[in-house]
Amino acid sequence: MDSLLSIWDLVPEVLQTLIVILLKIVAIILPLILAVAYTTLAERKVIGYMQVRLGPNRVGIKGSLQPIADTVKLMFKEVILPTKANTFVFYFAPVMALTPALVAWSVIPFQSGWALADINVGLLFILAITSLDVFGIILAGWASNSKYAILSAMRAGAQVVSYEIAMGFALVGVLMAAGSLSLSEIVLAQSGGITQWFMWPLFGLMVVYFISGVAETNRAPFDVAEGESEIVAGFHVEYSGMAFALFFLGEYANMLLISAVAAILFMGGWLSPFESMSALTDLPYIGVLFGNGIHWFFLKIAFFIFLYLWFRATFPRYRYDQIMRLGWKILIPVTLVYIFFEGVAIGLGWKPWL
Amino acid sequence: MIATVQHWIKSFTLFELLKGMRVTGTRLFSRKITIQYPEEKTPISPRFRGHHALRRYPNGEERCIACKLCEAVCPALAITIELEERDDGTRRTTQYDIDMFKCIYCGFCEEACPVDAIVESRVFEYHFEERGENIMTKEKLLAFGDKHEAMITKDKAADAPYR
Repeated sequence: MDSLLSIWDLVPEVLQTLIVILLKIVAIILPLILAVAYTTLAERKVIGYMQVRLGPNRVGIKGSLQPIADTVKLMFKEVILPTKANTFVFYFAPVMALTPALVAWSVIPFQSGWALADINVGLLFILAITSLDVFGIILAGWASNSKYAILSAMRAGAQVVSYEIAMGFALVGVLMAAGSLSLSEIVLAQSGGITQWFMWPLFGLMVVYFISGVAETNRAPFDVAEGESEIVAGFHVEYSGMAFALFFLGEYANMLLISAVAAILFMGGWLSPFESMSALTDLPYIGVLFGNGIHWFFLKIAFFIFLYLWFRATFPRYRYDQIMRLGWKILIPVTLVYIFFEGVAIGLGWKPWL
Repeated sequence: MIATVQHWIKSFTLFELLKGMRVTGTRLFSRKITIQYPEEKTPISPRFRGHHALRRYPNGEERCIACKLCEAVCPALAITIELEERDDGTRRTTQYDIDMFKCIYCGFCEEACPVDAIVESRVFEYHFEERGENIMTKEKLLAFGDKHEAMITKDKAADAPYR
């Protein structure tokens, strides 16, 4: 141990920080990728159960190794390059789709002080990075040199841009209530048990945020970009093997991200709903479970992911003009009115915004 | 007026959407109806039209008298029959081929047969691994019939009252 420490001391300080940051990145991304893999399994299982069937249950115990089998299969498949496709953009697009989804995780606080970079404009950073996601889709659609792909890219582009606005306004409501753009400060502003969470006073904004989040990630019922019944698979028709897997990874990482942000903004991130009940938190041994901790954060993410899957199992796909109508003519006015009244309430010094 | 208000309330409380989600939500916990196929199987009707078989009389004599009715009725032209007269003066087939790729499993051959020689059994789990295996020769069909005679007799007896 001592010798290891002395070797560590020999490393220049700049390099030390770099190594620490790289290790932290690995510590975030590896579990994230695993979570993505098992979200796909959860999706197939939950949707299967809702359709009164069993879902995958052959690989491993109850299908627990299915995502591994899928990954291995995809890894051994050939990545086919369509004729007349733009080679560089074609190979660059999946990377472009995945990177923003991973980068945004750098500012997510998993616990008090557990964030790769707890910057004071975290919310803004997330908004900025998530809007980059659409580039992956548009580039993929354009570079594939396929009619379906370009159609899907156009749809996805318009849709994501429209819902970005409603989502931004919903986030404005949260930052008004918390008085901060830093994610960990937003979480701390909600401390004091379940009644203090922003989901109660800002319930409408939470609904708007999550609907926009579903639209933003191109998930059912807003999956016109994928629309398998009309344009086959949309922007990734021409992709196969690992390039296709990267799109998948990006989509699910994005879902997890939207869920995580929803958990932080409206449900108090890592805070426990029983925070203020000392009778529970002081219990021997199991009291820790009722206290604040990362497990609550994961539970909340799981809840939102479950909602995603539930929506997908329930709702039929929106028509394109209905999507636009919902985004521009309903969600944006609703958020504007909500923010206005919230501003008035804050100006008058009403609870629960102060 | 009231209708408009009702419509607004319904829309903004996401009433219809929640109703839909309740349906899927309850199904999440309901009993699953999946049949785990190779381990579990659904019941099959005695009329099921699967793999063909040529049958014999209990004394071991083959039933088929080479009347060619099945060959004539076959809409897919899957049956080929050659015949000769045996030393005892009876007609018997020398060749009785069914091309299983051409066959549409309509069961007309079984209907047409005056001596119940060609039948379709309830066996549907079979496959071919090489080209040419899809031609079921007389020997194969007779062997298949011998193998499943008990089952075929039972199925035909079960269906007999309705014929």
